[in-house]
Amino acid sequence: MAVVDTPPIVTARRDLTDSHTLARYLDTGGYQGLRQALTMHPEAVAAEVDAASLLGRGGAGFPAGRKWSMLRKSPISYLVVNGDESEPATFKDHYLVERDPHQLVEGVVIAAYALQVSQAFIFLRGEFALGLERVQQAINEAYEHGALGRNIFGSGFSVDLVVHPGAGAYICGEETALLEALEGKRGFPRIKPPFFPAVTGLYGEPTVVNNVETMSNLPWIILHGGAAFAALGGGRSTGTRMFALSGRVNRPGVYEIEMVKNTFRDLIYDDRLGGGIPGGHELRAFIPGGVSAPWFGPEHLDMVLGQDEVGAAGSMLGSGSIVVMDDTTCVVRAAWRITKFFSRESCGQCTPCREGSGWAERILYRLEHGGGRTEDVDVLLDLCDNISPGLNWPPQQTTICVLGPSIPSSVTSAISRFRDDFYAHVQHGSCPHE
Amino acid sequence: MTYFRSDIRQRAEELVSLYPRRRSAMLPLLHLAQEQDGYLTDDGMAEVAELTGTTPAEVRGTAAFYDMFHLEPVGRYVVGVCTNIACLLAGGEELLEHARHTLGCEVGHTSADGLFTLEETECLADCNIAPAVQVNHRYVHATTPEELDRLVEDLRAGRRDHDIPPHGTLIRVRRSGGLRVSASEVAEERARARAEREAREAAASEAS
Repeated sequence: MAVVDTPPIVTARRDLTDSHTLARYLDTGGYQGLRQALTMHPEAVAAEVDAASLLGRGGAGFPAGRKWSMLRKSPISYLVVNGDESEPATFKDHYLVERDPHQLVEGVVIAAYALQVSQAFIFLRGEFALGLERVQQAINEAYEHGALGRNIFGSGFSVDLVVHPGAGAYICGEETALLEALEGKRGFPRIKPPFFPAVTGLYGEPTVVNNVETMSNLPWIILHGGAAFAALGGGRSTGTRMFALSGRVNRPGVYEIEMVKNTFRDLIYDDRLGGGIPGGHELRAFIPGGVSAPWFGPEHLDMVLGQDEVGAAGSMLGSGSIVVMDDTTCVVRAAWRITKFFSRESCGQCTPCREGSGWAERILYRLEHGGGRTEDVDVLLDLCDNISPGLNWPPQQTTICVLGPSIPSSVTSAISRFRDDFYAHVQHGSCPHE
Repeated sequence: MTYFRSDIRQRAEELVSLYPRRRSAMLPLLHLAQEQDGYLTDDGMAEVAELTGTTPAEVRGTAAFYDMFHLEPVGRYVVGVCTNIACLLAGGEELLEHARHTLGCEVGHTSADGLFTLEETECLADCNIAPAVQVNHRYVHATTPEELDRLVEDLRAGRRDHDIPPHGTLIRVRRSGGLRVSASEVAEERARARAEREAREAAASEAS
């Protein structure tokens, strides 16, 4: 049975229609975490985040505290918040920036204090027009309130915060591409090493990049202590997490639930969560963590929502977005559309990604729309193997960033689980579902 | 005399001042150029080049990378229908096809009256209200053909002018000045933090 009664941390204000205003935020405990943090030593603030074992909520799941402490030796110049949320079917940061922008601003100031950074940026995808306005409004109000700018709450600590709009490019969610965009350039991921912007970040200076949801957890962690956060969940997956549920479910939405205590079955079928599949249809497959993740099947429904558990089973919890496909879903079409997305969004720097995504997309298109051949299935697998040799998980990389190795996930998942569907398409001459 | 209107020019200069380096204002300035003209004109991009310390070619080369920037004129309303995975499963392709008929233009094109440009978008991060549709990057929650038709009627009649500005206007909330930390203060603050940290570390290494 699903544990949905754990009090929410980052979506605590979800039932309030004016949760984005400063007045409501202050009414509901807003900026108390920051006030508390400012009475502490910056390293003590960082230590609380470390104690919380907060895993980054952007997709890679790297511990936020460790990301910070890796660089404690050299001063960090900039803090950049990644709000480029573009992984298909991910819509949690969308909620946070529109509905609780002050919580984000408070988290950013806490992080800036812990890192002793005096310049921070929030990078939001350009399509979040309302989110950009809400965050700018929150920043204006926070300055007015003394929670931002010079001498915050009389503490002597100062930080400036700028909200920066993206302009429509999935690749800018990759943190080094995001920094390029923030430098006013094309969003081309940078060659690694160095692997972390902490070494060479914005303008070549040490920079910490954290996700919107990661930042939004900080006020609670400081107020309640890292240990209280770590007491939730289990193993390395502590606290609660926002799961974005979409596709063939009765109640798609963002649900904040405790990590590890709930299964995929709970999330998809519990009446207070996904509420099951419309019309009582059968689940065929689901994506456990954004379209870059290999698909799961009915046999994975009783797996708990934990980063290591999903990783051990050959996929990833990634950005926390779960897409449900049922027996009305054409899996060939689903794989084609996801591949078309990667083809459109490949930045074009690396050959395997640029050429491979387009080639795979064209093959999947003809299977779906007419002209598919039996040997196409093997060509697809061979081509995916060239993009990411061995087709293992986590994938081998032949490209600058992980967009390329993400291309095979949906293609090989669809083929390995539903190979007969592909042959049915060949035999029928196009999609037999139409 | 600048190509940007005086209010746009003023906002552009404010934006440049927010960043440690001028070029960082590139994307916000391109959004502003689109706010003035609806799309990116040669003159607009030349002014962005001047403001960011780059060349018009660098500005164009950067702008061309990003889907939200239009190098050709577009309609007053850019209608984006998502067909990515969550929306695909909710009938996004069918809704896009319906929009083609309602708006009377092909995907990627503008209607004859210049009012609408239709786009097939990638994921808009609104997957619980699928298929997701945006008009000028505002979520409109028109998930059925009927809702889409009603929306288009309202747009034609100007009944959505209060919440959907013409294409290009992205952020209507201006940053309010006055409490901003100046660049030199930021630098001083950073130097002070660095000195303190070094002193602390020196003390710690002495102690050990």
